[in-house]
Amino acid sequence: MSLQGSGTRPQDFTGATAAPEENGAAQLPADLQDERLIAGHGISGAVGAFTARLRSGDLGSVPVVVGLVIIWAVFQVANSSFLSSRNLVNLTLQTTSVGVIALGIVLVLLLGEIDLSVGSVSGVAAAVVGVTFVNQGWPIVASLVAAIALGVLIGLFYGLLYTRFGVPSFVITLAGLLGFLGLQLLVLGKDGTINLPYDSALVGFATRSFLSPAMAYALVALVVVAYALSRWQGRTARAAAGLSAAPTSVIAIKAAGLAIVLLIPVTVLNGDRGVSSMFLLFLALVVVTDLAVRRTRWGRSVFAVGGNVEAARRAGINVRMIYLTVFAACTTFAAVGGILAAARLVAVGQASGGTDVNLNAIASAVIGGTSLFGGRGSAYSALLGALVITSISNGLALLSLDSNVRYIVTAGVLLIAVTIDSLSRRSRQAHGRA
Amino acid sequence: MTVTPTPLDVGAGTVLTLQGISKRFGAVQALKNIELDVRAGEVLALVGDNGAGKSTLVKTIAGVYTADDGSMVFDGRPVRVGSPAEAQQLGIATVFQDLALCDNLDVVANLYLGRELRKNGALDEVEMERSSWELLRQLSAKIPSVRIPVASLSGGQRQTVAIARSLLGRPKVVMLDEPTAALGVAQTAEVLNLVERLRERGLAVILISHNMADVMAVADRVAVLRLGRNNGVFVVSETRTQDIIAAITGATDNAVSERAARRSREEGPAS
Repeated sequence: MSLQGSGTRPQDFTGATAAPEENGAAQLPADLQDERLIAGHGISGAVGAFTARLRSGDLGSVPVVVGLVIIWAVFQVANSSFLSSRNLVNLTLQTTSVGVIALGIVLVLLLGEIDLSVGSVSGVAAAVVGVTFVNQGWPIVASLVAAIALGVLIGLFYGLLYTRFGVPSFVITLAGLLGFLGLQLLVLGKDGTINLPYDSALVGFATRSFLSPAMAYALVALVVVAYALSRWQGRTARAAAGLSAAPTSVIAIKAAGLAIVLLIPVTVLNGDRGVSSMFLLFLALVVVTDLAVRRTRWGRSVFAVGGNVEAARRAGINVRMIYLTVFAACTTFAAVGGILAAARLVAVGQASGGTDVNLNAIASAVIGGTSLFGGRGSAYSALLGALVITSISNGLALLSLDSNVRYIVTAGVLLIAVTIDSLSRRSRQAHGRA
Repeated sequence: MTVTPTPLDVGAGTVLTLQGISKRFGAVQALKNIELDVRAGEVLALVGDNGAGKSTLVKTIAGVYTADDGSMVFDGRPVRVGSPAEAQQLGIATVFQDLALCDNLDVVANLYLGRELRKNGALDEVEMERSSWELLRQLSAKIPSVRIPVASLSGGQRQTVAIARSLLGRPKVVMLDEPTAALGVAQTAEVLNLVERLRERGLAVILISHNMADVMAVADRVAVLRLGRNNGVFVVSETRTQDIIAAITGATDNAVSERAARRSREEGPAS
């Protein structure tokens, strides 16, 4: 044992310039040196890692993609116009509002909380737009700002109740479900239904605004190039830091895969009216939310709070702030979703945001693969889940089946999704990936 | 936290000195006149029976509790620690028994939780992963991958991650609360190796443990608490286990512990 003087600054644990330690394994990247690590190389390695992850129960979005393919196949067999360009364009339009609302649900589920009031909040936001824009004659921008601001305020109020008084989010938002339904009826007044002017910019955006084919293809090219570039940049940075980096071939294959995944639907949609601006807005929100959740300090904190609140608090994360922002983001998405739904239907009524909006949004998030248990999920589950939910109602409508069948089928799919979530959680625990 | 600039003259190498620390909870005197000093590059084991005040003392040093009486000298300056954050800023890191790790996040995310590195506003994953490896290498920690969720690590590896995380704040004193509790033989050895490596790095380590074998294996000195009071400080190389156990249980009327404490005071630090 040796004693050192009190003046020494003993350790240098995080020296930024220190060279990688020289040892026998120095040729290997720093993260692949442990001999116990099972790591493949190149394309076969990437494929192997993916299947190993699936086997351990880390299913990600695989079940929902498989489910979507099955649902589409079944409906296509039952009615050959299901996968027609015309119907798929309708599908994108129908998906948008429930998808935007589901995006907020994904965020609260990441914290392990729930918001049952998104339907009512979407309805009250739509009512505010209807009353201020149509009845009061406000400029459309002012109406939209007012409605979205109301959404933000509602979420902050929930967050305040949750963080200050510790009321469970289930109860807070259950009260919100009733309360804001009441507010919606109050705002709408006696008439009950307000028709939005068909030639207004809002309605135009939601119903008649589509990208030109050239624009859509240019956008696909842009996205693929941006993806490949960012992957390439990440690879270079990792290699420079002495870490393992994906080989160029894997990056190329992934970029090509993305190009195919984007080109096929764009081509099909271009067969009819094209890619809807409103759907594009939804996709943009998904991408932005995904980046915020995965690549920012805020998103990391959201996952930490969802995983272990006490650990997050002790790590110095402002847990209250995280709850406040997530509840506010959820109700804001709900408000935006409600406005888009009203714009697409060209009317606001007492039924706006009612009946199954809530459950469809929550079911979308869960079906998409976001765990009900917190700390696990992705913004893309809102997109995939909403596509599943909307495909079911769209397909059953094509078959002229009533809403009774729709409810039953949706319930079955939701049950399957939650069961998969629970089973894969158990499997993850068994494989040490919980 | 108040820091006066005048350095006090304390023993060379002493990083943290407690003088007359007392703490009451209602009618219970949890700590009474505790004296303790820790030097850089030394492992001080803090032992005592259940209810002896070990946890209270650790929480007082860590800023979870504030002492009713007494003073703390850190790095030659008298300090008051009002909160855990202040203790961390001073350079006192604590790894509590529950480790406080997020099972759903990977090792890198856990290491940098709450102090993520950023580049252009986004998380700098590459730099965090690189320096995670560097840190773990320096500790000779056996973690196969830093990109697997902490849930998949063994108990010893989780302990390693928690200790490594406490080091990112560049502390001078690291307090480990029962780091080997509930660990297997090999994992315990791994953690004890890690403790020795902290000592080699010149850190002052306060190790709380019930396991006398662990204490005798890594500690340089052992401070015994009994019923909230000091009950002797032993230099491990000159003490038998049963003397320490006697001091913990009070079985020999404290004669042994008084003698050992006197001897250790007369002879100064072992090294």
